[in-house]
Amino acid sequence: MPIAIQLPALSPTMSEGRINKWLKKEGDKINSGDAIAECETDKSNLEIEATDAGTLLKIVVPAGGTAPIGGVIAWVGKPGEAIPDAPAAAPAAAPAPAPSMVAPAHAAGAPPPPKAATAPLPPPKPKAAPPKAAPAPAATGERVRASPLARKMAETEHIDIATVSGSGPNGRIVKRDIEEAMSAPAPAKGGKAAPQIFRAAPGVRVPPTDLPVTTMRKVIAQRLTEVKPGVPHFYLTIDVEMDSALKLREEAKQQELKISVNDIVVKATAVAVRRFPRINQVFMGDRIQQLQNVDVGVAVAIEDGLITPIVKDADQKGVAEIAQEIRELADKAKKKSLKPEEYTGGSITVSNLGMFGIDSFIAVINPPQAAILAVGKVEPKVVVRNDQMVIRQMMSITLSGDHRVIDGAVGAQYLQELRSLLEHPLRLLF
Amino acid sequence: MAELAYREALNQALAEEMARDPRVFLMGEEVARYDGAYKVSKGLLDKFGSARVVDAPISELGFAGLGVGAAMVGLRPVIEMMTWNFAILAMDQIVNSAAKLRHMSGGQLRCPIVIRGPGGAGGRLSSQHSQALEANYAHFPGLKVVAPGTPADAKGLLKAAIRDENPTVFIEAELLYGLKGEVPEGEHVIPLGKADIKRPGNDVTLITWSRMLTAVALPAAEQLAAEGIDVEVLDLRTIKPMDEEAIAASVKKTNRVVIVEEGWGYAGFGAHVADFIQRELFDDLDAPVARVHGLDVNMGYAENLERLTLPSTARVAEAVHKVLYR
Repeated sequence: MPIAIQLPALSPTMSEGRINKWLKKEGDKINSGDAIAECETDKSNLEIEATDAGTLLKIVVPAGGTAPIGGVIAWVGKPGEAIPDAPAAAPAAAPAPAPSMVAPAHAAGAPPPPKAATAPLPPPKPKAAPPKAAPAPAATGERVRASPLARKMAETEHIDIATVSGSGPNGRIVKRDIEEAMSAPAPAKGGKAAPQIFRAAPGVRVPPTDLPVTTMRKVIAQRLTEVKPGVPHFYLTIDVEMDSALKLREEAKQQELKISVNDIVVKATAVAVRRFPRINQVFMGDRIQQLQNVDVGVAVAIEDGLITPIVKDADQKGVAEIAQEIRELADKAKKKSLKPEEYTGGSITVSNLGMFGIDSFIAVINPPQAAILAVGKVEPKVVVRNDQMVIRQMMSITLSGDHRVIDGAVGAQYLQELRSLLEHPLRLLF
Repeated sequence: MAELAYREALNQALAEEMARDPRVFLMGEEVARYDGAYKVSKGLLDKFGSARVVDAPISELGFAGLGVGAAMVGLRPVIEMMTWNFAILAMDQIVNSAAKLRHMSGGQLRCPIVIRGPGGAGGRLSSQHSQALEANYAHFPGLKVVAPGTPADAKGLLKAAIRDENPTVFIEAELLYGLKGEVPEGEHVIPLGKADIKRPGNDVTLITWSRMLTAVALPAAEQLAAEGIDVEVLDLRTIKPMDEEAIAASVKKTNRVVIVEEGWGYAGFGAHVADFIQRELFDDLDAPVARVHGLDVNMGYAENLERLTLPSTARVAEAVHKVLYR
């Protein structure tokens, strides 16, 4: 009997995955442990590993196709074995643990199910898992018209056929369109051709074009829509004098230590959380979970989305170490190679838009965390000190808090402590 | 190599095979004293005598049946039909006897007969005498169907057909008999079921056979080359068995196909070729398979109507542009 390879749950929040590319083709021998395909989850690209040996008989979900968790993506068995007609439907249960057939490729190194202490899951929601039908190929939206050859070429070349515009009848994508896409300037990561931007001549009306919704964009849209009305937000803003912190950075530079203002903010954020543990809580409905470690998420903008990798135990790490870690995590985020444990959980998130010249802004809480800090740019401003107008390097921080666990006064005290740490960075040592 | 006309190449094949094998004999209307209606059997009566070159009465069913009987008892008859239009009268012997003897006798009988003659249009012969009927015979299990388009292929394939142990329908063309080409001398045998690339190319494959090769496909390819379109012309030569391997190799290279046949499109042999391609080569196609064939009407007598009914280079060029999305 051929064995179905089902799409494993590669991240705690994914409900479906998109097969970026197949690393094995039909007819290939596979051994247990072989990476067989690369899957784009809501967060990153991960390899799917086979646990059963045999011959890859049939690929059910082609590259570019999407399957729900548990959906059959391929069959393994003995050469020549017949594949059951109806692909098994996805299990009715919501995101189940990885089926026994397959495990995430890094299973050897273990992505343990998120530990309660460090990486709480979002509060369980009574979500009726819609029993999904058999995995449908591709399909975000309308059927793409393409010649069979064009489809095959797109698959081989890892071109998302949905992003190619067809020059044949009825917009059919044909060989020359794929060849054009292949010779186009190297597309950004993920193999997606950059959407073309047309500039209309004055007076010419250009109809809007539809761009595909990536898995990541879908998740961002879905989760933030849940968070904003689901979590009662409140906001506190404080201005911080950054002269000392900047001086610290200058001195570090002379020591050839590369740190940024944001690295110092992350460190101070963590130390302040350590001192105000009520920030480090998760509302679980019938109880409140008190986290014991201080892990700070850092929002990283990546192509077509954002992700918040976590600096673990940031309160106990030096600023240089934090700086190094953030660089590495941001790099991985951009390559979409973060592992789930590197972006799951966390105590609080720092979102910094200062580099874009933003003075101050308000962020949406990143669940399961109870708070997020929106950090603006550092800028010389005239302020009053001892009844005198003086110029200081000012920076604004806005805290968004989950009012179910943090009250205004607690949030305010936390911000006071944070400001004190940033204005007197020496205190970070104590 | 000698340059021979198509009819001379056939004549050479007949003469060589009759000299090689005393069981081979030729029978048909006017094949002996008159040297054949199209002079294919010219000189054979003198060479091999009246026992082996036999004039038959105008009774296609009768002498086809005589041929089948001779094959059953060990001779190797070559039966000439003045045209394949007349062989419709002999359909019962060809279809119900020749094609089925091996089966009906449980393998005790064989029927190594060749039935040959011209098919297709002859130039202003109107509807009863202009039919390309290869699809009819290809339909029946037990028959092989051959339709050579050049003198060399005519010789090589006729020799192979005569030596084959199965009944073979060998379709020539009136308008091909005068076509000249180089023909290898002596033992030139082309296995049945092997197609031939008559012109290599990369952009599109024209699949054709018989007279359409030189009348339409190759001239169209020349014309398209001037536009920068690199056309491959694949001559099937044998209709049944069809050379699937050669078709696959060419389609995998060019990704686009136009099938050119003289006969009607409706249930024509090209439909079978197209079916094979979509079934086995789907992922190699960049465009739907196109067909150029005779129009679905009875052939007019008038020259202009005949011209409009038959496939033309213009229609082939149009189809090529279509599959290339130009």
